[in-house]
Parts: sequence; structure tokens; C-alpha cells
Amino acid sequence: MNLTNYLVLASLLFTIGALTVLVRRNAIIVFMGVELMLNAANLVFVTFARIHGDLTGQVVAFFVMVVAAAEVVVGLAIIVAIYRTRRSASVDDVNLLRS
Amino acid sequence: MTALAGSVAQAAAEAVPADGVFGLAWLLVALPLVGAAVLLLVGRRGDRWGHWLGVAAPGSSVLVALVLWIAMLGQPAGERVKDLGLGTWIRAGSFSVDAGLRIDPLSMTFVLLVTFVGTLIHVYSVAYMADDADRRRFFGYLNLFVAAMLLLVLADSYVLLFVGWEGVGLASYLLIGFWNHELPNAVAAKKAFVVNRIGDIGLIVAIMAMFTVFGTTNIGLVGGLADSAGEGWLTAIGLMLLLAACGKSAQFPLQGWLGDAMAGPTPVSALIHAATMVTAGVYLVVRSSPIYVGAPTAMLVVAIVGAITLLFGAIVGCAKDDIKKVLAASTISQIGYMMLAAGLGPIGYAFAIFHLITHGFFKAGLFLGAGSVMHGMGDQADMRRFGALARYMKITWVTMALGWLAIIGVPPFSGFWSKDRIVESAYAVQGGQGWQPWVFGTVALVGVGITAFYMSRLFFMTFHGSRRWDDGSGMVPGGPATGPVRHPHESSALMTWPMIVLAAGSAVLGGALAVGGAFTTWLQPMTGAIEHHDPVLPVPVIMVTTFGLIIAGAFLAWRQYAAAPVAVVAPRGSLLTRAARRDLYQDDVAEVALMRPGQYLTRSLVYGDRQVVDGTVSGVARAVAGTGELVRRLQNGYVRSYALTMALGVVVLAAVVLAVRI
Repeated sequence: MNLTNYLVLASLLFTIGALTVLVRRNAIIVFMGVELMLNAANLVFVTFARIHGDLTGQVVAFFVMVVAAAEVVVGLAIIVAIYRTRRSASVDDVNLLRS
Repeated sequence: MTALAGSVAQAAAEAVPADGVFGLAWLLVALPLVGAAVLLLVGRRGDRWGHWLGVAAPGSSVLVALVLWIAMLGQPAGERVKDLGLGTWIRAGSFSVDAGLRIDPLSMTFVLLVTFVGTLIHVYSVAYMADDADRRRFFGYLNLFVAAMLLLVLADSYVLLFVGWEGVGLASYLLIGFWNHELPNAVAAKKAFVVNRIGDIGLIVAIMAMFTVFGTTNIGLVGGLADSAGEGWLTAIGLMLLLAACGKSAQFPLQGWLGDAMAGPTPVSALIHAATMVTAGVYLVVRSSPIYVGAPTAMLVVAIVGAITLLFGAIVGCAKDDIKKVLAASTISQIGYMMLAAGLGPIGYAFAIFHLITHGFFKAGLFLGAGSVMHGMGDQADMRRFGALARYMKITWVTMALGWLAIIGVPPFSGFWSKDRIVESAYAVQGGQGWQPWVFGTVALVGVGITAFYMSRLFFMTFHGSRRWDDGSGMVPGGPATGPVRHPHESSALMTWPMIVLAAGSAVLGGALAVGGAFTTWLQPMTGAIEHHDPVLPVPVIMVTTFGLIIAGAFLAWRQYAAAPVAVVAPRGSLLTRAARRDLYQDDVAEVALMRPGQYLTRSLVYGDRQVVDGTVSGVARAVAGTGELVRRLQNGYVRSYALTMALGVVVLAAVVLAVRI
């Protein structure tokens, strides 16, 4: 099976994730977009590790997973805190620093 | 002229260090200064005793002055010029100015006049200002004035003199505008201040020129070095000093402020605008005599300015109806006499100062008398509404009569001794050669006649003739009365005693000082020996003519203002009368020639400042603000737009990296 297909799939996933972050307002959905981008990046790492026969890419993928897990914890905590104070999960409502 | 300069240099005494009792001379300035500081800083708490402290400060200066004077009389003439060093004042690299006091017969004369007359006027003010809520502040300003005036006359350098010069200008401004809640008074104060600044420019330029030419402004050193400078420099310095003197002494063409300065309380007019401060210009010219001796052109200009002013003030004085304005015009005219005498050269210096002293007494006495009359007549100054007051205020009448006889120059009163000598000297100027003695002598002689007329007019209109005020009966001789009811009365003892003392001085001081040439001998260390020249007219002819003019002037005034009824409303009058009422259009000329162009200039400068300078500055500010406004739009607070910016940034970076690779 041609390994390039994995890269195409990763690009599609990354694009979907990036667009989700840019166009959706719900913080949870935006967060999912971020996760999608991270996993797309993981897929690229793993694919290139396979292509080059080098384990470094796979190691980095594990690092990314760990960091993503930590980021999920912090990010979800922030979203919950915002939702509690402002009764909304829309990222556009978080604009207190403006004006 | 060079021969004259030589003789003056020989006669002028060398300065010796001040020792013994003369070391206390600084107290003269310090006492009133402390008085002023206490009175102005203590606040309302001092209202109950402030005026007595105000009297005590110059009063103690009189005592110090008398002690110094007696000590000086006990010394030989050659040792009477003393320098009291007070240390280095300004030091900057090689440039240094020492502060010190110069005690000599000239400054001593002024110190005695200023402190003595000043103290009398302080006493008078205690009663005159009794009803004023701000009496303590008034005395604070008066003390400040006395301190500044003493510093002016005692300073041993022109720089220190300048400090006193500005000090009296400030005190004069504060006191003219003392009742500044009324707009005309505030405007008059401002006018006096601004006109005085024009003169001050002259003094500043003269000081700078002295630093350039002599390297010092010490009065003694400048006097010694004056011979070494070129005549051009001396003429320039002399003219600049004359400009300064014109500003301070209200001489032509800067005379306009003195009439308006009468807006101040009457004691101020007596002390500052008659007896002392306005004579500072004469002091400056006489003090700078070594410079003028080397600059005959400048000296001639001094005499011409004095002659013009003398006639100017006399003519204006004939037409004014406000009693204080007549006295102000008379002051201008009498200082013109002093200036003329100072401009005559060494033969006139002593007489200029002599007239200054006698004038200080009789003019202060006349002003205090005018204040007393106004006090009794409900603060009214219009002489057309006076008349027949002699019966109601006897002391004022007698004291003013003595002052009047003194100023018009009736022998043996003070003014006769000083003014007559000025007329004689004017006829003898230049050794009796050329046109000057005829012109200056005749001007001085005519001035005597006009003086006799306007001062007699003042005296008769106020104290004699028919009553022109309502005494409560609603009638005046010759018809129904108009105007408010008046209850004229004599003033209190605190006011009359200073008047009596000054009147006594007006009567006898001139004669006492003239006996045996006592005063001219006293001033000799300063002015040099007087060279005697014969006037172009024989002395008896001059004296008889002078006396005839005095009688004629006084008789004319008596016929017109005492024997004939005086209209309560001023008649239209001749062209000259109308011009004189408006001060010979001095303000109109100044307005058209100086004020309006000045206003246009300042307005165009303001316009240029707003449009060009401010325009550039605020244009830059506006550009920055506009840019900020544009950039601010990027910070819209939407997370996704920041994310988009970041994504675009990444794309651009990737594109750049790829472009570089390929």
C-alpha cells in the first residue's frame, strides 16, 4: 500500500481541524478541531517514521499524545470555568479584554 | 568737555571700605524687608497689629539712617564715600558679580528722604486705610517698596541696582492695583508695569554694554573707567540709561503711565508716584554722571527730554479737573525740571538732587493734603465739585498752602531755592555759548509761570471761590445744588501730623539747605566742584522775571477760579484745553502707533503659532492616533480571527521557506 495516501489523509484531517477552529464558535467543537490537527500531525510523524525506517517519529508521536492529554485537561477545565461564569461556551463571548 | 571731565574725576572722592557704624548699613534695607515678609506671610492673624509693625520697620530705618548720617558728617569730605561688601553674589567661571552697598553723600541723601518721608506716609496711611479690610497687606507692600527703593539707591553695582529697580516697579504695580477689584485700577497697574518694562529694557542693555566695555558694573569702577571707553560706547550707554530713566520717572515719551497710576490709594501716590520712586530715573542719571560727562550728545538728549517733559506736564496740569491727576501732571513736570538740570552737566547735578529733595517734601505734602480733602469729601476727586473748603479743614488748608507756595517757587519757601537755581543754571549751560542756554533757560522760565498757574488753580478751586457741593441745604451760591450731599471735616491727627511735618519741610528745608551752599558742598564728593558760569542773562533779571511770572500765573488763576464762579461741569474749552485734558493725545498716539500694530503683530504671531507650529505638532499626533485606530481594528477580540492570522502567517512562512528552497 502506498504510504503517500497516509500523508494525503493527514492533510485532509489537518485541514478539517483548522477550518473547524476557524469557523465554529462552540468552544468544545473548536477544541475538537485542535485535537484533530494534533492527530493529523501524529499521523504524519508515524508515516514518515515508516518511510525512513526511523523510530524517532514514533517517539515524537507519543510525546504529542502526552502533551495533547495534558492540554485537554487544561483546556476543558478552562471551558468549564468560562461556562460556569458566563453561561455560554461560545468563544466569541470571551472578549472582556476588548475595549 | 574733556577739561570738565578732568575736573570731575579729580573732585570725585575715592571709595574707602565701610567700617564702624557704617557696617550696619545693610540694616537699612533689611528692616523694611523683614517687615514686608512678616506682614505678607503672617496672614489674617496680623490684622490687628500689622500696620504698627509696618510703621516701625521704616521708622527704625530712619534711626539707622540718622546715625549713619551723623557719623558721616563727622568725617572729612574725602572719606565720605564708603563701600560695604556683602560678598560674591554671582560666580560663573571668570564672570563674577559682587554684591555690596555704596554709602556716600548721594545715596545718604536719598536714604534720608526715602525713610523719613516714607515713615510719615506710613503713619498717615494708618488712618487713611483704617476702613480697608486689607490694610495689613497694604503695609506689607509699602514696606516692600521702601526696602526695594533703599536697595536701589544703596547698590554699589548696576546689577544690584537693577534688583531694587525691579523691586520698586513690582511694589508700584501691586499698590496701583491695590483696589484691583475695580477694572480701571487693574488696567492702570498693568499699564504702569508694561511701560516700565520698556524702560527696563534700556537698563538691561546698558548693563550688558557695561560688561562688554568695562568688564564690570560696579559704580565706582565704571566711573573710573569711563574715560577709557570711546565716546560712541558712552553715548550708547547714556541713551540706554536715559530710556530706563524715562520709564521709571515718567519722562517723555514714556510719561503716559503716571496719570493713570493715581488709581492707587493716595498715600501710594504721595510716596511712590511723587516723592521717591519716580525720582529714581534722576538718581540713575546723576549716579551715571561720569558716563554722561564723556558723552555730550547723550547729555544733551537728557536735557531735551527734561525740557519737553517739563512743558508737557505743565500744560496737561492746567486742564485736568481731578485733583490727583493735576498733581500727577505736576510731578511729571517737576521731574522734567530735575532731568533738565541733570542734563545740564556738572553745573546742574547738585540742583537736580536739591530740587528732588524739596520736591519730595512739598509734593508728598500736597498729595497727603489732597488725600485729606478727598477723605473729607467722600472720596471725591473732582475739583469742580470742591470750593470754599478752607473754612472746613483748616490744617489741610494751611499745610497745602505751604506746599503750594513751595512748588510755585515763592521765596523763601523750599521750591524757590531749588527751582530758581535750575533756571539760572539752564541759562548758564555750555558756558553761555550756543543756542542751548537760551532754549533751556526760556523753557524753564516759562515752566515756572505755567506751574504757578495750575497749582494756584488747584489751590483756589479746592479751598476758595464759591461752594459747589451740597451741604444738605440743597442750594449752592447761585442756584440749586447738584451731586451728593457732603459733610467736609478735618482728618484725624494721624493724618494731619505727617502733613504738618511735610509742610514745615516745604517751608524751611530749601532755605536751610541752601544757606552757604550747604547742600552743594555736601554733594561735592559725588558731583564734583561746581564750575561757575555766568548766565546769558543777568541773575537779577532772571529772578525778577521768574517772580513776575509766578505772580502773573497765580493772579490769572485767582481771577479765573476764585473771583469768578467755576462751572460744575467742565466747559468745552479751547482746542489746547481739550487736547490737554486728554494728556495731549499721548494715549491716542501710543494706541495708533504702538498698541494697534502690536496687537496685529501678536495676533498674526498667534495665528502662525496655531496654524504652523501647533498644526505640525498636532498633525503628527493625529497621524499617530489615526494609525492606531486602524491597527486597533485587528485586535477585535475574536479568537478565531487570531487563529486565522496565525494560520495565514504559517502559510506565508511555509511559502517563503519553499520559495527559498526552489
